Amino acid sequence: MKSAVLVFPGINRERDMARALKLVSGQEAKMVWHADTELPKGTDLVVVPGGFSYGDYLRCGAIAARAPVMDAVRKFAAGGGLVLGVCNGFQILCESGLLPGVLMRNARLKFICRDVHLRVERADSPFTRGYKAGQVIKVPVAHGEGNYEADEETVQRLEGDGRVLYRYCSPEGEIGESHNINGAAASIAGIVSERGNVLGMMPHPENHVEPIMGSTDGRGLFEGLAAHLAKAA
Amino acid sequence: MKARVTVTLKNGILDPQGKAIEGALKSLGVAGIASVRQGKVFDIELAADADKAKAEAALKDAADKLLANTVIENYRVEVL
Repeated sequence: MKSAVLVFPGINRERDMARALKLVSGQEAKMVWHADTELPKGTDLVVVPGGFSYGDYLRCGAIAARAPVMDAVRKFAAGGGLVLGVCNGFQILCESGLLPGVLMRNARLKFICRDVHLRVERADSPFTRGYKAGQVIKVPVAHGEGNYEADEETVQRLEGDGRVLYRYCSPEGEIGESHNINGAAASIAGIVSERGNVLGMMPHPENHVEPIMGSTDGRGLFEGLAAHLAKAA
Repeated sequence: MKARVTVTLKNGILDPQGKAIEGALKSLGVAGIASVRQGKVFDIELAADADKAKAEAALKDAADKLLANTVIENYRVEVL
């Protein structure tokens, strides 16, 4: 699995991401600077990590989404390449038009930094094949603007096409307002693009990959990607 | 020549920041406030020899490409 991790000024989770990728795939991820206009040759996974690119100025992810490297990412995604955006990465993918909708201020206004439960909605995507459909995983979130919103028609299309891969839930997997930490439409924590090759999610699977972190529930996502790419190769 | 681009949230979009400001104004005893919606204002200095119509078109382009997220925001361009 040849991964490229994008680096923008103000990003701070890129090393966590690179570590998780190395741990699971055994291969060192390449760090790609925002001003680069090309991805490393042979890249088969682009990761847009979390943090606070450009200090969240204007809107979260707005400036990073217009960086030169994003044109290369758009081209890569248009060719079917796998793109994973986590936290600020999800915001950047929405701002860049690779995913629909927008991440708004959390409904209850507070920055949320804790473990949450996610229900894996389907297991037949490269981003979820390391899990079982309906499985509940525990991973951390750390965001102030993770409240996913889109117009009704878009949300219905996401639901109808099975593009919601991860949803906030109770430890037992129930969906409901009391488990919907940031007020997101339909408790959405992660969605994929129309072709299913671009995933954006607010939680941080890369921060639950080793026993010392308290959980390894995030590993499945990376293991699934590695298995998918190994099969494709 | 100066210009101003005003970006506001579309109707129906939840604005928790506006709500918090509204609450704070009410707790300060500022009377007669029904509701508050927060937006952004960009004051832009145009090149001295700029043509008004061209400047307006360029500012619309700027708003569409960057200043506003048209999924949730409206904008208004004024060349002053």
